[in-house]
Amino acid sequence: MDYLKVFITKSRIKSPWLLHFDCGSCNGCDIEVLACLTPVYDIERFGIINVGNPKHADLFLVTGTVNHRNKKVLANLVAQMPDPKVVVALGSCGLTGGVFREAYNVIGGVDKVVPVDVYVPGCPPKPEAIIDGVVTGLEKFARKKDDRP
Amino acid sequence: MARTIIPFGPQHPVFPEPLHLKLVLEDEIVKEVVPALGFVHRGLERLVEIRDFHQMIQICERVCGICSTVHAQCYCQGIEELMGVEVPDRAKFLRVIWGEISRIQSHLLWLGLFADAFGFESLFMQCWRIRERIMDINEATGGNRVIVSVNVIGGVRRDLDPDMTRWTLTQLDLVEKEVRQLEKVLLDDYTVRKRTVGKGVLTRDQALELGAAGPTLRGSGVAQDMRQLGYAAYGELSYEPVTAGDGDAYSRNRVRFLETYQAVELVREAISKLPSGEINVKVKGKPEGEVVTRVEQPRGEVMYYIKGNGSKNLDRLRIRTPTFANIPPLLSMLPGMELADVPVITLSIDPCISCTER
Repeated sequence: MDYLKVFITKSRIKSPWLLHFDCGSCNGCDIEVLACLTPVYDIERFGIINVGNPKHADLFLVTGTVNHRNKKVLANLVAQMPDPKVVVALGSCGLTGGVFREAYNVIGGVDKVVPVDVYVPGCPPKPEAIIDGVVTGLEKFARKKDDRP
Repeated sequence: MARTIIPFGPQHPVFPEPLHLKLVLEDEIVKEVVPALGFVHRGLERLVEIRDFHQMIQICERVCGICSTVHAQCYCQGIEELMGVEVPDRAKFLRVIWGEISRIQSHLLWLGLFADAFGFESLFMQCWRIRERIMDINEATGGNRVIVSVNVIGGVRRDLDPDMTRWTLTQLDLVEKEVRQLEKVLLDDYTVRKRTVGKGVLTRDQALELGAAGPTLRGSGVAQDMRQLGYAAYGELSYEPVTAGDGDAYSRNRVRFLETYQAVELVREAISKLPSGEINVKVKGKPEGEVVTRVEQPRGEVMYYIKGNGSKNLDRLRIRTPTFANIPPLLSMLPGMELADVPVITLSIDPCISCTER
């Protein structure tokens, strides 16, 4: 069984599957995430595939501010993802609330609700920065592997 | 089979944004649709109490990332009308150029997502590949890929020099050439027609009664477009609204596709007529009074109501966006359709949830 575990851990780093959730952003970050998946940037060449089901996903890209209505959806999606998982917060809004931090329906950044591993700043971050954030997240996969028994 | 309720969203692979629809089904047929909104509500209209009227431009740009240029243009136009500022001619033409470039970007984005909704993934990739050229133009001329922050009260922030306009035109020629290669697929392909013709029909009378806006309205054969008002420099450009008559998902696809060509033409015409002179004027004083401005967003008519009280903070800002107007037509399109057609029909109104909920 150890061989199987080693195989799965290795595959997770070589081909992580990605889930994207818009948690109240202005679309700017979301279209940059989609731009990463399409020909010019094409993160599929690193084995990264966009999936719709949280149960299949290893990486979770979250954009935008958290509000009282979508915090349950966000927490639910993260809870449904199998361990180990990496949560990447994108854009100024996902980090702190950005320009909307003082608005009445905004709780703040993503880390107010779920633990975040990688923060990618920018309004919106460029696709290069998003790819960099994802790769940083993958390094965490490698580290998480050592932590486990 | 008895009635079943199927939740559609808020996290769904078809939508880039969280929209939630409760679909009441009998077998595979949709009987009733109940929308649930509010996942993206930030309450940015009330930020006028904290930010002054110059800082609000940055907030208005972030109502929606896809059409941020047009939102900022509408807001600036309103404040200029309140304060009696005369915008220089060159700034008006530059606003048209950036506005139409953002329209090409938005339509190509939508054509890609629409192709993805009926499972044509290679077409999605092609549309987004062409769109990257527009993003390059945005980055070279405005300094940012998505949120091109060019509008200020009294004009625009950046100028286009002759080298830049020449380069922009060559890029647009390439975009037009590549979009022409997609025409055969998007408008004539057997699969595309099978999935879109006759789906989600909105008749002309229904469209007018339910208050549809933008390509959804023009896809039902009503030639109505806010650019006919001649705001900014549209009065000096040759412009005719694109319409298609059948009111189904295919017609809306056709309208948006042909508008891409039209937007390229408008940019070319605006660049050829670009007058010389100042790009912005100094603005003094504070806005007072109330005003309503309307401009044409890629998705339809956007309306800003601005009320100033003579201080640096506005009293009230109200934004009505096209997707908000297009939700009642969407709810009348869906009943009677099959469950498998729901993604195609929902995307055919080009929903922008962050606009709708602000």
